[in-house]
Amino acid sequence: MTADLHNTDLQTPLKRVRGLGSAKSGTHHFIVQRVTAVALIPLVLWIIYLALALVHADYAHARALVHQPLNALLLIAFVIAVFWHAQLGVQVVIEDYVHTRWLEVTSQLAVKFFCVIGALASTLAIVRVVLG
Amino acid sequence: MPQSSRPLSPHLQIYKWQLTMTLSILHRATGVALAVGTILVVALLLALAAGPDAYASVRGFCGSPFGLFLLLGWSWSLCFHLFNGIRHLLWDAGWGFEIPRAYATGWSVVVLSFVLTALIWACVFARGGIA
Repeated sequence: MTADLHNTDLQTPLKRVRGLGSAKSGTHHFIVQRVTAVALIPLVLWIIYLALALVHADYAHARALVHQPLNALLLIAFVIAVFWHAQLGVQVVIEDYVHTRWLEVTSQLAVKFFCVIGALASTLAIVRVVLG
Repeated sequence: MPQSSRPLSPHLQIYKWQLTMTLSILHRATGVALAVGTILVVALLLALAAGPDAYASVRGFCGSPFGLFLLLGWSWSLCFHLFNGIRHLLWDAGWGFEIPRAYATGWSVVVLSFVLTALIWACVFARGGIA
């Protein structure tokens, strides 16, 4: 569905936009992308610190690190923010470059499902380490 | 149609390559690369929850030549996307649009991304590398 915004017929602007959906969420994507970006600045700096600790840890020590309440909390926050931010970013890339409709819809859905499953699987794994 | 000698709008092939456009393209490219890199994050967390054997095999992959190549690329991508993302947020706040400033922040992002990547790998190799 493409709206021709430059047509010169006698339709009023209101008539032309009716049925195209609400205009009230136009900035929602932009804002959520920025909010997750701001959240990810400290979270990424912290995850680099954690990753460097994990590099030199054996299995038991790695589990103990993730088991710590603050580490587990920040790790879950990081995973949710990162998958949310990734979905929003890749969505824009697909919108820009994939112009075959069925392929566009399919890839958008695939990316969304991957990100949701990725966030849920990571959270579940962290919870298993915390409780186990 | 009358022939016009006026210049056409510049096409990508003849457009002068500039720092600002390079960083813009790289921001996208690193973003997509990092989105793919989340697979390793999920794999590592699932393996940690699953047990020592699964964790050892993911660690083994990270320590392999191909794994190290991926980690090197992803670590620089993360540093670049982090610093350039901060640059984007400053633009969103209305700061830094002047051309000299856009170049100054751009070069700062390039330098900082390599410095942080080097620092990360210095920390890794100072204590014996991966795996």
